[in-house]
Amino acid sequence: MSEENLKFTETHEWARLDGKVVSVGLSAFAIEQLGDVVYLELPKPGDEVSKGASFGLVESVKAASDMYAPIDGVVSEVNYEVADNLDLLKTDPYGSAWLIKIESSDPSQLDTLMDTDKYEQFCATQVDQ
Amino acid sequence: MKLVFEKSVPGRRGLTISKSDVSTSINLKADLLRDKPAELPELSELDVVRHFTELSRRNFGVDTNFYPLGSCTMKYNPKVAERIAAYPGFAHLHPLIPQLRIGGILTQGALQVLYETDLLLREICGMAGFTMQPMAGAHGELTGIMMMAAYHKDRGNKKTTVLIPDSAHGTNPASAAIAGYVVKAVPSDDNGLMDLAKVKKMLNDEVAGVMLTCPNTLGLFNPHVREICDLIHSVDGLAYYDGANLNAIVGKVRPGDLGFDIVHLNLHKTFATPHGGGGPGAGPVGVVEKLVDFLPVSIVVKREDGTYALEYKRPKSIGYIAPFYGNFGIILRAYVYMLMQGDEGLKRIAENAVLNANYIKEKLKPHYDLPHPQTCKHECVFSATRQAAKGVHGIDIAKAIIDAGFHPPTMYFPMIVKEALMIEPTECESKETLDAFIETMIDIAKRAQTDPESVTDCPKTTPVGRLDETKAARELNIASLA
Repeated sequence: MSEENLKFTETHEWARLDGKVVSVGLSAFAIEQLGDVVYLELPKPGDEVSKGASFGLVESVKAASDMYAPIDGVVSEVNYEVADNLDLLKTDPYGSAWLIKIESSDPSQLDTLMDTDKYEQFCATQVDQ
Repeated sequence: MKLVFEKSVPGRRGLTISKSDVSTSINLKADLLRDKPAELPELSELDVVRHFTELSRRNFGVDTNFYPLGSCTMKYNPKVAERIAAYPGFAHLHPLIPQLRIGGILTQGALQVLYETDLLLREICGMAGFTMQPMAGAHGELTGIMMMAAYHKDRGNKKTTVLIPDSAHGTNPASAAIAGYVVKAVPSDDNGLMDLAKVKKMLNDEVAGVMLTCPNTLGLFNPHVREICDLIHSVDGLAYYDGANLNAIVGKVRPGDLGFDIVHLNLHKTFATPHGGGGPGAGPVGVVEKLVDFLPVSIVVKREDGTYALEYKRPKSIGYIAPFYGNFGIILRAYVYMLMQGDEGLKRIAENAVLNANYIKEKLKPHYDLPHPQTCKHECVFSATRQAAKGVHGIDIAKAIIDAGFHPPTMYFPMIVKEALMIEPTECESKETLDAFIETMIDIAKRAQTDPESVTDCPKTTPVGRLDETKAARELNIASLA
């Protein structure tokens, strides 16, 4: 899947809205910066998440980082397959490497996030640092 | 090198034990007895001595080589402290003796060491009292945060959050979270320091306190630190000083004078006790007057007749946080070190640690990117972005440094610096050692531009070459004797 219809957070999660359900994953930029991912800690279906709060943990050979929810809601599905096949994060970050699906009653919360163009510009400023 | 088990030869013995002339029958239940003898390696004494001597020669430590691991203060541990800690009167002391009815008399020397270490650390940190009990820095942090929570509970304060800068050691947010607080990360400003304006914005009545390392993990002293402490105090919050980087300011600045209320120290860093392979450590915690009642039990007190005793009756204490009195042997080593250094020596520690770090920083500045170029304290943080553009990353540089006989710097931390290489030389090293290290770093930087593969191939001089860290982490398989 491509980067179409994606929204991005400043903490490098992506979100894709489909009806009431929002798929969430990690951006290609984040994966590149993290280096090889060695562990993912994901929530369970039914867990509540809130925008800007941690929903899980990603650990790479370099560092462990929190992953932040892009929207308020309830976790409806979790992609445990990607936790077993971490290379998917590199090969298909916006497709089969989705991490969780969130059912949200207020999808308009995604409006404040960046679109693909804006996010690319944002990443460019991050590299300069 | 073979494992000691692989060297085993059936029937070989180091010594022969004569037959017992007393009955050896033991009444143990059958299910507690082995079916067959334990599979221990069978070797002669000489086999064993050679095996472990060979292993020890593969050790890498401050006693063998330069070890500039940032934020770890890998300084030399003077041998006189080891010698004193091995005195039988200290080393063979049983920890239960002071609790016996007349036991106190037999432990006056050890209690005096604990009492006087407390006084010395109070003076160095500007605190009103210390506990020696925490077993390591992170344990000290938790103890400190538990006292913070006890203080707010005692005052009837409703506090929920702790502010921590994004450059902090990972143990800070972990300690605060374990104590039940929500952690809010305060972003760094353009100078790499905790952003004062952001602190003001994030401050409210729910803030229990702030946790700060100063100088921070970029080796930078925050000039607004007093202001930050005052702000926290304005909402009856407490300011916590993470003493991991005290080596930069010891004898020069007292955290208490900066406005801090709680201080933890890593004795293995600033006070030259051994960095064990996971222990034993010691993380004493000091507090200001208003928090003394919350210190863990027990506390060593001096009676009017000049003798020392353990005090347990402290109703507001957070209670026991460790068995007995902490890692006494480590506290003793730090005590010896402080007495050896004296007032003048402690000041020179900070001066030379800062001088050495700035020497390295200035010499390497033309060759590596330096995101925060201001005068640093005890450590400097470079970024290998220029080398990464040629495919030579921080980890490759670290591996190449190993081939030159040095320990690598801390890599990829703090996380706010891309491709971070964090170098802390400490005050112990001579100019010749620093120059040799600088020369190595310059050589690697040049090779990264002209012959990147000669760097990414490293290390070549070690018993094993480049390890697959990803595979090791993903497919964890601890060697077993199955």
